[in-house]
Amino acid sequence: MSIWKYANPLKFMGWTGPIVVPMAVLATVCILTGIIWGFFFTPDDYRMGSSVKIIYIHVPSAMMAINAWAMMLVASLIWLVRRHHVSALAAKAAAPIGVVMTLIALITGAIWGQPMWGTWWAWDPRLTSFLILLLFYIGYMAMWQAIENPDTAADLTSVLCLVGSVFAILSRYAVNFWNQGLHQGASLSLDAEENVADVFWFPLVLTIVGFVLLFIALVLIRTRTEIRARRLFSLNARERMNDA
Amino acid sequence: MPELGKYAAEVLAAYGATFLLLAGLVWATWARSIRVRRALEQALEQRDNG
Repeated sequence: MSIWKYANPLKFMGWTGPIVVPMAVLATVCILTGIIWGFFFTPDDYRMGSSVKIIYIHVPSAMMAINAWAMMLVASLIWLVRRHHVSALAAKAAAPIGVVMTLIALITGAIWGQPMWGTWWAWDPRLTSFLILLLFYIGYMAMWQAIENPDTAADLTSVLCLVGSVFAILSRYAVNFWNQGLHQGASLSLDAEENVADVFWFPLVLTIVGFVLLFIALVLIRTRTEIRARRLFSLNARERMNDA
Repeated sequence: MPELGKYAAEVLAAYGATFLLLAGLVWATWARSIRVRRALEQALEQRDNG
């Protein structure tokens, strides 16, 4: 039995249909529980005060901004190597979610940075690589819109995705590559000294799980929509040929 | 409501912006899903009815 049979559009519509709603419900429950827990029932940080509460939205969105691109990279590679249409459509479906996650990370980071660093923005390695990642997301989506032939669009956007992956990796590891800039190290770390305190850790992890589930649910819904849109495009094209 | 002190504006602005963006994303996803599904059903119906 091959896993690739699940990439068949008909099969994909079949197995994803029943799991989308439970996934979305679970995502909502995790996000709401994590945020309510973090917002209402955790103390202020001794240095950051109540601004530490921004961590529950900033960290999950920043993680998903990078992971969405990683998912697009895997899907693009599958398209380039195996030519599975569903993988190209899944990458296309993930891009708008990645844009929103990147925007949330940049906006909440700027709002937090103003009182903590004394500035909304700095040309720090991590911040700059995140801004470039946002531009790659926008360029990726624009390329899908600009090219009419779906296979050509999938080819070119996949190559763009490979190139943009450099900045996705930089967004994640810029702090380690360059020991400079304003942005601190990772909030979640195996290093006990670097990791956030337990009181913040539990609601944060719950919110991260919620964001991951929300991403999966939205990608599935959007991929299903892209498959239907592709079918509609084919039907309309066939009708135009019959009329001609 | 917890006591947010001098960072109340920043915390509320960050949460407000996040919820607006997430709500917009979910709404756009749902609305397009419904629109495309209806259009496809209509096209299939037209094809079947000749």
